[in-house]
Amino acid sequence: MTTPIKRDKPWLMRTYSGHSSAKASNELYRTNLSKGQTGLSVAFDLPTQTGYDADHPLARGEVGKVGVPICNIGDMEALFDQIPLGQMNTSMTINATAAWLLALYVATAERQGASPLQLQGTTQNDILKEYLSRGTYIFPPTPSVRLTTDIISYTVKNIPKWNPTNICSYHLQEAGATPTQELAYALSTAIAVLDAVRDSGQISADGFEQVVGRISFFVNAGIRFIEETCKMRAFGEMWDQMTQERYGVQSEEMRRFRYGVQVNSLGLTEAQPENNVQRIVLEMLGVSLSKNARARAIQLPAWNEALGLPRPWDQQWALRMQQVLVFETDLLEYGDIFDGSPVIAAKVKALVDGAAAEMARVQEQGGMVQAIEAGYVKRQLVSSHTERMRAIERGDLRIVGLNCYKETEESPLTGGKDSGIMKVDPRAEREQIERLEAFRAKRNGTEVKAALANLAETARSGANIMPASILCAHAGVTTGEWSQTLRDIFGEYRAPTGIDIPANDDSRGVRAVAIRTQVTKTGVELGRPLRLLIGKPGLDGHSNGAEQIAVKGRDVGFEIVYEGIRLTPEQIAKAALEEGVHLIGLSVLSGSHIEMVEDVFDQLSKVGLRHMPVVIGGIIPENDARMLKDKGIAAVYTPKDIDMNGIMVDILNLIRQAHDLEPVAVA
Amino acid sequence: MITALPDPAALAAAVSGRDRLALAQALNLLDDRRSAARQCAAAFLDALPAEKLDGAGHLIGITGPPGAGKSSLTAALIQVWRRRGLKVAILAVDPSSPITGGALLGDRLRMHASGADREVFIRSLACRGEFGGLSAEVWPMSLTMLAAFDIVLVETVGVGQKEIDVSKMTDTTCFVAQPASGDSIQFLKAGIMEIPHVIVVNKEDIGLAARKTLSELRITLRRQMDPEGWQVPALSASAALGSGIEALADALQAHRDWLTAHGQFSARRQRCQAEWLVKHLREEFGRYGMNLLGGDEALFAALAEVPRRSPIVEYETLRARVLQGFQQQVRKL
Ligand code: B12
Ligand SMILES: Nc1nc2c(ncn2[C@@H]2O[C@H](COP(=O)(O)OP(=O)(O)OP(=O)(O)O)[C@@H](O)[C@H]2O)c(=O)[nH]1
Ligand SMILES: [Mg+2]
Repeated sequence: MTTPIKRDKPWLMRTYSGHSSAKASNELYRTNLSKGQTGLSVAFDLPTQTGYDADHPLARGEVGKVGVPICNIGDMEALFDQIPLGQMNTSMTINATAAWLLALYVATAERQGASPLQLQGTTQNDILKEYLSRGTYIFPPTPSVRLTTDIISYTVKNIPKWNPTNICSYHLQEAGATPTQELAYALSTAIAVLDAVRDSGQISADGFEQVVGRISFFVNAGIRFIEETCKMRAFGEMWDQMTQERYGVQSEEMRRFRYGVQVNSLGLTEAQPENNVQRIVLEMLGVSLSKNARARAIQLPAWNEALGLPRPWDQQWALRMQQVLVFETDLLEYGDIFDGSPVIAAKVKALVDGAAAEMARVQEQGGMVQAIEAGYVKRQLVSSHTERMRAIERGDLRIVGLNCYKETEESPLTGGKDSGIMKVDPRAEREQIERLEAFRAKRNGTEVKAALANLAETARSGANIMPASILCAHAGVTTGEWSQTLRDIFGEYRAPTGIDIPANDDSRGVRAVAIRTQVTKTGVELGRPLRLLIGKPGLDGHSNGAEQIAVKGRDVGFEIVYEGIRLTPEQIAKAALEEGVHLIGLSVLSGSHIEMVEDVFDQLSKVGLRHMPVVIGGIIPENDARMLKDKGIAAVYTPKDIDMNGIMVDILNLIRQAHDLEPVAVA
Repeated sequence: MITALPDPAALAAAVSGRDRLALAQALNLLDDRRSAARQCAAAFLDALPAEKLDGAGHLIGITGPPGAGKSSLTAALIQVWRRRGLKVAILAVDPSSPITGGALLGDRLRMHASGADREVFIRSLACRGEFGGLSAEVWPMSLTMLAAFDIVLVETVGVGQKEIDVSKMTDTTCFVAQPASGDSIQFLKAGIMEIPHVIVVNKEDIGLAARKTLSELRITLRRQMDPEGWQVPALSASAALGSGIEALADALQAHRDWLTAHGQFSARRQRCQAEWLVKHLREEFGRYGMNLLGGDEALFAALAEVPRRSPIVEYETLRARVLQGFQQQVRKL
């Protein structure tokens, strides 16, 4: 007779999703749950994340595109229709407006009859990495950190099963961070947050252990999965030590490093996208093999990550990868298989030492908030990403299908009539605006006004923001109103771009020098040095591409104007005029490229610069690329265009062409 | 087509009429090194309204060590000036890479407060080489902007602590001091730093260090007087909190009022132009070239009469004289 094998409980399996409308997303969630998904992970659209209503001019083209639009409690109720929040575990990727979305969630749960004591889930609520990578910040760091600490203090007391913050190293790796940087900056962020909670005086000394115990992390797992395994072990060790030494946490339980994962997407390619499946599976191993450093929750991207948004079938495939690992393999039957390995121990130690040294540099500057404000951390990330890009360009960092083994048969995956990606219904924006208008018409204006006045008063007084926000939710306040009230009080912020890094070694390379010579020569022919404006229109926060193009442009001799993310087309046209640039390069990854290009052209016409050459880069499907060219875009670049030097030569020649000069060839 | 050159008189009229596209084109023209463009630029400047260039507006320089908060303060000042109904133009000089010659023009980002306001115009310039944290184009561009804006502010590259060449080319110069960096005070004390007209210690929000720096500066300043008799004020402010900005704007205005009251305003603009000419020539030809022109002193005396509208013409004339001098020397050899 065989005794049944004892298996560990599987981790939480999620799929990051949401699109078009609350209703459509609700249907998607319910289907996903019926397929065996065990938790929800809500993706919000960019207006919701940056605090604008669907009818705000800045929201144009972005409503319902990369996530679900939530403008008020009506939308929130529709999102969780027939999903009992008392029993669900919901992760919400929300930061600047986290307090607001949590307030809507609590209010919705109350209307469903659930008690806050039952609620389980996570608000990402890590604002510091927004300044460094993710880009959906609104207010300056100081008031933002206050909102973070308000959420933590409130939930620890009132929604005890909630994870109030997910300190993220995930997004740092997506912005180029090395494992050491990921460790150092995530833990430095945790210090900044915990110190702030402690100093806010909202939590009693003996309640602080509880706070530490509620902190969880959201981590990345890259393709170097052995090193990633070690990184996770290093995280555990460092967190244990830090919480004990810095915060005097006695309970081992409260010191446990709890984390969820989304595996790396930066390395997923547009070229031969089917290879991404292998990558995703291998990356999952890095956070699951070592039992003592295993993730509590995992969500995986889809094979078509670099092409556009995944369809339900693509997401299902990603979920099935987890299920095969959990249910078919013997992974969950063993204790930790790395304990005692000297190889692993040595690697872990190297990572711990490196991270500790970098953390010390951050502390020397006064801590994470100061190091971010000074631009230091962002520069470190941009430098690391530049190294990575150059290594790919040179071929030293091999990526199968992208810079080696490029020959391929035709793929049956991308052939279909949807070109293998999900298209959001173009009517989604219009319909959301109509719903919002109807909602506004129905609510009680006096109640809304009073709730907003109370919110403003709370924001000024420094009292906890949550109760006032929950009142707003019930009163029918909208996302835009809640955010604008706080904008008026806290002000808005623009984060350092980090592109002011020293010239890379490659800029002394033969090709770079040759291009530079031509750039200078053309400058002489045209009378003055060549100038490029790199513009990021709209709410899109993907800055990697724009940063890399800016640094490269500087390195080959262009003068670069780059003002960071989230500019209006009007601001871009204004800058192009005032700065006297020769060419505009736009970067749009959020899918709103068509609307953005139309608006930028309109604004350029208004200032008399419609003739200026404009190129664009980003996630741009082939059909759209053709459409953009018809509208007058001079060139379109996508992730497969890794020859950055080549892009620079193109740009140079476009400028020459605009001035009737013969193109130059650079070997 | 290599951008056809504009009609200088029409361009000047459009700039004075506050046409933004024309202003942008004019600035491009002033940046243009080709000889036909230089001629056109000279004619353009000559066509600008003399009274604006001689007596109107306020040309302000803002300088100080890297990262002291020049751009952030500028952003805050822009808001104050706009509230006061003043139209503002900015020339922001950023460093260029000594290795690649390329440049990242980053000040603009820090000044973003201007948003989409059409009464604010920001042009960045790469400090291509030396010129003490400025760029040779700064003077003609400042003049052009004065034709259309109430305030023209020049932000220099964060140069060392003692070179503030911008003070020679503006009506009023503001030095931004970094709290807890004693260097500027030492330079002031030792008299090796050109004295600015207004000193502001930024980042007062950080507290003690800023207050200490301010009081040291005040003590030092009590012993130092501007040669013309203006008593240099030292203030503190925080660009981050927006505190002390109104007072800073007032102090800058007070210096302008003082210049006018003492009948020095127009003379100062005249001197600025002479300083620019001399500096520009020295950059190009060195001390040897200056000697060919009879040396700095003689040159300044001769330049006291040159009209403001003709810096390029004057420059080209002097340049021709130096080149002629060189040729004569060569022939002698
Ligand atoms: C990294 C990444 C992130 C990082 C961004 C970090 C940062 N600061 O940039 C993080 C993790 C923060 C992130 C967040 C989100 N992301 Co994301 N992200 C990616 C990812 C994996 C890679 C993009 C990247 O940086 N590549 C590296 C750079 C160098 O490449 P690139 O920008 O393409 O640039 C190259 C060319 O395109 C071109 N180029 C680009 N710009 C320009 C400009 C000029 C002038 C020129 C000449 C050339 C050029 O040159 C470059 C050289 O090769 C892509 C998927 C993928 N693999 O491409 C998804 C992706 C772009 N993200 C996506 C989404 C939805 C999001 C979110 C909106 C999700 C959400 N709902 O919250 C958030 C929010 C971000 C925000 N604020 O807008 C979607 C967009 C969907 C769409 N377009 O339909 C994608 C496609 C993933 C997917 N399939 O769902 N993301
Ligand atoms: N605490 C604090 N920081 C400030 C203040 N003003 C500016 N800073 C910060 O100081 C840094 C430099 O500010 P900038 O305005 O770019 O300084 P700058 O003198 O223009 O810098 P360069 O042009 O690079 O020489 C930024 O990180 C600002 O956020 C302030 O009043 N208080
Ligand atoms: Mg500056």
